[in-house]
Amino acid sequence: MPQNEYIERAQKLHGKRLDTEERARKKAAREGHKQSENAQNLRGLRAKLYAKERHHQKIQMRKQIKQHEERNIKGAPQEKEPANPIPAYLLDRANPTTAKALSSQIKNKRAEKAARFAVPIPKVKGISEEELFKVVKTGKKIAKKAWKRVVTKPTFVGPDFTRRPVKYERFIRPMGLRYKKANVTHPTLNVTVQLPILGVKKNPSNPLYTQLGVLTKGTIIEVNVSDLGIVTASGKIAWGRYAQVTNNPENDGCLNAVLLV
Amino acid sequence: MATVLPPPSKRQRREEVERAVTQQDVTPISAADLGSFRTNFVDSDGNQMTDGDIEINFADASEKNISTLLNTLLGRDREDFTPYRFRIHIPGKDIIVDQFPTDLLGLLRKHGVENPFETTLTLSAEPQSVFKVQAVSRLGHRIPGHGQPILACQFSPVTHGRFATGSGDNTARIWDTNTGTPKHTLKGHNGWVLGVSWSPDGERLATCSMDKSVRIWDPEAGKQIGSELKGHAKWVLAMAWQPYHLWRDDTSRIASASKDGTVRIWVVNTGRTEHVLSGHKGSVSCVRWGGTDLIYTGSHDRTVRVWDAVKGTLVHNYTAHAHWINHIALSSDDALRTAYFDHSKEIPATEEAKKAKAKERFEKAAKIQGKVVERFVSASDDFTMYLWDTNSTKPLARLLGHQNKVNHIQFSPDSNFIASCGWDNSIKIWNARDGKFLKSLRGHVGPVYQCAWSADSRLLVTGSKDTTLKVWDVRKGTLAVDLPGHEDEVYCVDWAPNGLLIGSGGKDKAVRTWRN
Repeated sequence: MPQNEYIERAQKLHGKRLDTEERARKKAAREGHKQSENAQNLRGLRAKLYAKERHHQKIQMRKQIKQHEERNIKGAPQEKEPANPIPAYLLDRANPTTAKALSSQIKNKRAEKAARFAVPIPKVKGISEEELFKVVKTGKKIAKKAWKRVVTKPTFVGPDFTRRPVKYERFIRPMGLRYKKANVTHPTLNVTVQLPILGVKKNPSNPLYTQLGVLTKGTIIEVNVSDLGIVTASGKIAWGRYAQVTNNPENDGCLNAVLLV
Repeated sequence: MATVLPPPSKRQRREEVERAVTQQDVTPISAADLGSFRTNFVDSDGNQMTDGDIEINFADASEKNISTLLNTLLGRDREDFTPYRFRIHIPGKDIIVDQFPTDLLGLLRKHGVENPFETTLTLSAEPQSVFKVQAVSRLGHRIPGHGQPILACQFSPVTHGRFATGSGDNTARIWDTNTGTPKHTLKGHNGWVLGVSWSPDGERLATCSMDKSVRIWDPEAGKQIGSELKGHAKWVLAMAWQPYHLWRDDTSRIASASKDGTVRIWVVNTGRTEHVLSGHKGSVSCVRWGGTDLIYTGSHDRTVRVWDAVKGTLVHNYTAHAHWINHIALSSDDALRTAYFDHSKEIPATEEAKKAKAKERFEKAAKIQGKVVERFVSASDDFTMYLWDTNSTKPLARLLGHQNKVNHIQFSPDSNFIASCGWDNSIKIWNARDGKFLKSLRGHVGPVYQCAWSADSRLLVTGSKDTTLKVWDVRKGTLAVDLPGHEDEVYCVDWAPNGLLIGSGGKDKAVRTWRN
């Protein structure tokens, strides 16, 4: 049992104080007085914190009151026209629109030709090979055999990857720094979904990094969007889409990306 | 990168040439000793077509040969030959095979007929249309113009050259599909145009809208005729013209269905409301005007009602469905829509002759066992459909099989098949006589919104949320042509009555026509 449940334990063993109910009632009854006193008398930082907290409470309270008022309205609700024109057979239906909005927005955007090459992070800080690779010395003649490298940044390694024999393995991609999923945000819808990575399309720093699947800020990755129900122009379900990494995964421990539209 | 196969080696090429040069051994194919069977022909109502049994060699028993044989037996000239398709009644069993096989003997053996040479086979012959519609294969025109999604579309019954669309930008437009240009913009509505409907003679176009009104237009001049037909309290969702042969007092009539639960019958010439058919407790989603002056309505209150259009009284109230009715189709829909226009392009001169021809076409479409019986089928949100006959209060059949809501349903123009499509991404084909399930057409990856038959009932086009149109070969049950091109959901699709064009519209705001 965790140590901090000692109160419950005591209550179970010995029961509550006989005047518990009354004390709780009285405390609740004094709550208003207490708040008023704090509001009037607190000074400095504590006053500021208190005011802020109280402000949030009041917002919640007003929202709740409004909800209650709406509930009490009698009569037919206002007939609401859907925002986008839809045919008669789709009227009065609750349509799941989010995934659709997503794909049509992508389509609208693609019609603009210039948008085809635009990415959210156009300029990326280059990463030198000295920073990316750490030298591993192998063999007995230590001084000479320094041909092996460890990648120090997070990487994506495909599911069908098998390590080569030690003798031939020039680059080691540590298990601890591998990613399989990315938190992908749709820029205009502000929806974030965790999607499996399919591959690294381009690491702008160096083609070698692309080959190794290094994930740094600005890298273009391909993600599996089949869950979103996006459809291509020929009516097939779209499977892979590109996204750009927006954070430094080696600092954050997660991989955030923004979908390219 | 695609894998490129290496070119054939010299040896392979030599063998290829040798194969082409030497004659094929054809003995097993022309087996004269396959034997023969005896058959008698019945028509689709079960009446004998020929006297006595006819002996046919199994080797010659292809559907085309038998069709020629039957035509000859009926004493027709070669010019008047009607193509037939045959259903095979398996002797001694209750099984009817719809599809004529390539290997008839094999089929009989498979069904356990011990001695096919000594049994008499019954073949029921169904006449096919004498013309054949070719499947469209490519985009004819993409015509931009509408500012909002296109919600409804229909071809004129007169010609494939006129196509009307209704859109969310509060206008209806008429397009000249021959040149791919806009013809008229019909402005006037204050809400989305939810439906467009050509009159059966093609002289008028009716539109219904979210602004609770119906308007009648002259499609040649592009002008509104009379004032708007006002009276509904809510959106007008659907319309149906009175069939041409029922027009009386020198005027046509139109029925409009609204969300307010009423159906109104308007006299088109005067704009007067003749009847208000009230009784539905929910939004009326579909209305059809039958050739025997009955009006069929389906509603969100789960009932299908049949009304007398002359007296404005309720005839039947069918309550079998468990959820909203989405669509109703009549067996004579196609004949009523095109009235006196048929494939022969002969238009009668006088009004009487036109009416007579329209009536004749309707009766031909609706005739079952020599009686004019209008059948209709209702599709519902409860995943099922019912096939109804106006003479009885019980359904003829319940069509089960869809795994999600059924959105649209259509009788084939020869009223032999029913096509239904819905939210389960599939299209299903049913036998219109008994409601038996025939086949399922799969291929769409989104809900299928609408379907339309070709005039010869051999092909079916469907429009879907997955942005494609697909043309299906109904007899084979296969995809004939895939028509990608729309950039977004396809809301409406129509096949021109003469089969030359398909028109479609959807969320991407551009009208597209497709041709072969």
